Amino acid sequence: MTDRIHPLLAVFAGLVFLFLVGPLVIMIGASLSDTNFLTFPPRGLTLHWFTHIFEVTAFKTTAITSLELAFAGTFLSLLFGIPAAYALNRFRVELPSWLSTVYVLPILIPEIVFGFSLMKSVTIDSGFPVWLTLLIGHALLVLPYSVRVVSASLAAFDFSIEEAAISLGSPPLKTFFTIVLPNIRAGVIAAFILAFITSINDVSVSLFLTGPGISTLPIQILAYMEQFFDPTMAAVSVLLMLLTVGVMAIVEATLGLTFLTK
Amino acid sequence: MTVSLDIDNIAAHYGSTQVLKDLSLSVKAGELVSLLGSSGCGKTTTLRLVAGFLTPTSGTIRLGDRDLTRLPAHQRDIGLVFQNYALFPHLSVLDNVAFGLKQRKIEPAERTRRAKAMLERVGLADFADRLPGALSGGQKQRVALARALVIEPPLLMFDEPLSNLDAKLRVDMRVEIRKLQRANGTTSLYVTHDQEEAFSISDRVAIMNAGRIMQLDTPEVLYQRPANAFVARFVGFENLIPMVVKARENGALSAEAPGGALLQLSEAEFGPIPDRFVLATRADGLLVQREGAGIPVELGLRTYLGRAYQYQTTSVAGDLIANGSLSEPFSPGDRAVLVPKPEQCCILKPEA
Repeated sequence: MTDRIHPLLAVFAGLVFLFLVGPLVIMIGASLSDTNFLTFPPRGLTLHWFTHIFEVTAFKTTAITSLELAFAGTFLSLLFGIPAAYALNRFRVELPSWLSTVYVLPILIPEIVFGFSLMKSVTIDSGFPVWLTLLIGHALLVLPYSVRVVSASLAAFDFSIEEAAISLGSPPLKTFFTIVLPNIRAGVIAAFILAFITSINDVSVSLFLTGPGISTLPIQILAYMEQFFDPTMAAVSVLLMLLTVGVMAIVEATLGLTFLTK
Repeated sequence: MTVSLDIDNIAAHYGSTQVLKDLSLSVKAGELVSLLGSSGCGKTTTLRLVAGFLTPTSGTIRLGDRDLTRLPAHQRDIGLVFQNYALFPHLSVLDNVAFGLKQRKIEPAERTRRAKAMLERVGLADFADRLPGALSGGQKQRVALARALVIEPPLLMFDEPLSNLDAKLRVDMRVEIRKLQRANGTTSLYVTHDQEEAFSISDRVAIMNAGRIMQLDTPEVLYQRPANAFVARFVGFENLIPMVVKARENGALSAEAPGGALLQLSEAEFGPIPDRFVLATRADGLLVQREGAGIPVELGLRTYLGRAYQYQTTSVAGDLIANGSLSEPFSPGDRAVLVPKPEQCCILKPEA
């Protein structure tokens, strides 16, 4: 015997589901259409647009840039984010409470503002090369995910375990790698994935920081759409979506998706 | 080789709050000393200073001939047992116990042999391959104990090690801790808020309050001869009666309680008695009588203890608690006199 679901709730939930999944279905459909314009439902079925992606060099080069930025940016954000999260939790009592908020600023302030201020300070005033500017931008953009998710793991970590290891003769830094890190591993993996997905899908921050000859895949999709309105964009979008789904599948298989939402 | 722990005049602050005030304490070689007190009395701070997780603002800590005061925690060579066990969740029971040996660069075969032997001693030989998560609270604390003992530290420290266990297990474990500590002859510092635990396990107990040691002595002396009003109350002397000496002759004296009752005391029994003092007794130390020379009281609530009736009373000397015989029960509202039994009394200096 299960509880009865109110019919209105069922309708409401169904609509939400439809609005979430509908665009994805439309996009998949459009990517398979044998027409040279975007249309749904597809007319005829072809995989031509998927192969066409690889014929457009700009997609390939920007995809490589996007992957480089996502890996390097995420790595950098973890390199700074893990120690920051550690300090915020280990010295929670000693540190001022507003300090942890500083680390989430990149999500709190509008991305357009964030992107513009980076362009002004890093690109124009400091004259850094474009790729480096993009890297700094992406690392900062995803830093909040690294700090917050690793922090959530550390909040559940019992620091007396660390003290036990130190009392048994393990130096503090070694203790961090042999005792603390293995116990927040799940949080670090989750932070990596969230940061990676955020970086690879980012438009607004990248928009301000791209320069001559260097662009990211989402920006390239926008640029392509301004010139051509064919199903290639839908095909690229489907591939990006598959990448995200693939990453999620790995998370689900290893940690369980509930890990990301808690 | 057993060594002594000497804490000399240490002070500690959290920010601008002073939590320890010039505290000195010596634990003799092979001795187990407990720090006993309510939360916030400074007992855990003292332990953390010795462990090296806090730095004193002044004073020194020595272990044998080593000065620990500025030594990093990982070089202090102290076995620590925590309240919440603090086992490494990602390592097997065997690897937990072997962890300290690994830090000491003992080769793997020898490490395993020693860790297994220690697990055997705490009765967990069959659990070597389990992860800590699969153990009960009592088993976890045994692993923690084995992990601290296997490095053969010159000093063992326990931070409320039994608080998370149920009552029956607490008694079993404290006997076990005492046995292992005795067998190894390891100098030990034990922090607890549980008086029975501290008294049963320790050679000496330091009763602490507000960052100071109020009295450091054997459990027997603390229980029977508290040195001050704080310790007296702590060990269950419910009645503290201010007295004034009226007459003295050859060490025999007559002292007056509030309300005029006179009490005969002998300095041969109590040592020198000042002109003003506090007479401390437990409820058992006051006889409840219908009349006679004693402190006149009005009886209040009567409760049944099995071996006696306990009376809440009010008097000019304040609220007193006394145990009366079962054969002669009084009723609430009755007038009676309380007569202190000198052999169950304690003489304290008046409180400032």
